[in-house]
Amino acid sequence: MGNYYQPEIECAPREQILALQNERLVKQVRNVYDHVEYYRKRMDEKGVKPEDIRSVEDLHKLPFLTKDDLREAYPYGLLARPLSDCVRIQSTSGTTGRRVVAFYTQHDIDLWDECCARAIMAAGGTKDDVVHVCYGYGLFTGGPGLNGGSHKVGSLTLPMSSGNTERQIQFMTDLGSTILCCTPSYAAYLAESIIERGLRDKIKLKAGIFGAEAWTEEMRHDIEEKLGIKAYDIYGLTEISGPGVSFECEEQTGMHINEDHFIAEVINPETGEVLPEGEKGELVFTSITKEAFPLLRYRTRDICILSRKKCSCGRTHVKMTKPLGRSDDMLIVKGVNVFPSQIETVLLNKGYAANYQIIVTRVKNSDQLEVQVEMTPEMFSDSMGEITGREKELVDALKAMLGIYAKVKLVAPKSIQRSEGKAVRVIDKRDLYGK
Amino acid sequence: MTIKQISVFVENKLGNLAEVTDVLASAGINMYAISLADTRDFGILRLIVDDSFAAAQVLKENNYIVSITPVLALELPNEPGSLHKALSVLEENNIDLKYLYDFNTVTTRNAHLVFRVEDTKKAEEVFGKAGFRMLSQEDLKG
Ligand SMILES: [Zn+2]
Repeated sequence: MGNYYQPEIECAPREQILALQNERLVKQVRNVYDHVEYYRKRMDEKGVKPEDIRSVEDLHKLPFLTKDDLREAYPYGLLARPLSDCVRIQSTSGTTGRRVVAFYTQHDIDLWDECCARAIMAAGGTKDDVVHVCYGYGLFTGGPGLNGGSHKVGSLTLPMSSGNTERQIQFMTDLGSTILCCTPSYAAYLAESIIERGLRDKIKLKAGIFGAEAWTEEMRHDIEEKLGIKAYDIYGLTEISGPGVSFECEEQTGMHINEDHFIAEVINPETGEVLPEGEKGELVFTSITKEAFPLLRYRTRDICILSRKKCSCGRTHVKMTKPLGRSDDMLIVKGVNVFPSQIETVLLNKGYAANYQIIVTRVKNSDQLEVQVEMTPEMFSDSMGEITGREKELVDALKAMLGIYAKVKLVAPKSIQRSEGKAVRVIDKRDLYGK
Repeated sequence: MTIKQISVFVENKLGNLAEVTDVLASAGINMYAISLADTRDFGILRLIVDDSFAAAQVLKENNYIVSITPVLALELPNEPGSLHKALSVLEENNIDLKYLYDFNTVTTRNAHLVFRVEDTKKAEEVFGKAGFRMLSQEDLKG
């Protein structure tokens, strides 16, 4: 018997979830059409009436919503409830242009917390656990989400927030944290710091719930081994609620999407055509229980694959792969698609640390790709021939993976900025848009 | 007889070498030999110091990547052909030389060279047989 927060929903037969989705979708479409002018206009433009949507099968008739729509409607344009019903806002770490602001009623917060509680219990969490949350608190959804989930489970919650590694480790050892919640890059950094201080035996961690940025299987093994834990992936986005839109179970073969709250579709990012299960494409979400900020057919830009293969954990909700790339984070260098995750895989395979930075420049109208990698004690040698030999192997492996040449630059340890929030992996110095 | 060489990874950036020497100076470490092998982006700084353990410790504490390698410190008479003689010994015994560098001591008028070879044990043996004097870690302290 697995460890579930809401087994009656999480393990419900597919037909039951589908019936729930049909009913909630129809209601949600009617709701936004009646209460949100922005949706009404978009639906009218497309010639879709609320009564055209009678089940999930009709979902494809609705227009897509993109980040641009969210920016255009900023701040109140997509609000489906009076502002006086809202109790919270969260915001994305806006990289360019306007931030995206999401609103929550108390009911929205409760459901979000429940989604996170499911994730914590799927990672083996119980009321006897000490949940150490070092995602950032504040506008970022990471901290508040896992914090709320931990409360629902009844675990002792350490609202550490990000930063101050010394204090993190001190609390971890003194208070016996058992479940760590943070970004995978910070988990890797913490693991290194704990080992450096010789405190590996003093920590009681059994599991980690890591999300909010891309990470690879190699990085998972690295963290699991260094901390002696099981590392679980969690996925979410502020626009839809926050972390806990989907989460991993003990099978660690994809993340169960909370289908009673979110309908997932995978589309061809170029044509918008809905793809069958098992095909790779852009993930699209429709939030069917959100009150304040319901998004219909929101394009996440995350590329992934959905699977309905039966899961050994007993959960019946569809599983998504971790994002295999982002349609907008994808770099096009010399006309070739480059995903940072590909570079990370090569680095780890070749024995380098997962801490790296990709720098793209344009010299005389030609793209140049440089990968800065931190030197590690294992890769260092007193012999120049050995170091340059390994460097060449890395260049060759990158070329084999990416199909283009990338210059490798070995840099001093800890010289690449370690983010305690989201890692800055790519610096694109090309002036592509004539800014 | 071997001595310990410390190698340090340094990025080729202005002031980086000075930072290493500052760390060592602050820890009161005396340097006998220093050699830098570098590419455009990074270098390997090789040092012979009086207290290699303390030097490695303090460098690691300052986030440097350090490795310690046994090397041979040969004392050669300050006369023409003496380096050639030493190199011939290695060649005759098929021992690969990785690099060598100059090593100054104030105690004698002889020249000193650090040899980093593929097979340190064998080189030590053949140099010994050929009558070369090799310095020990104790000799460094003078
Ligand atoms: Zn499962």
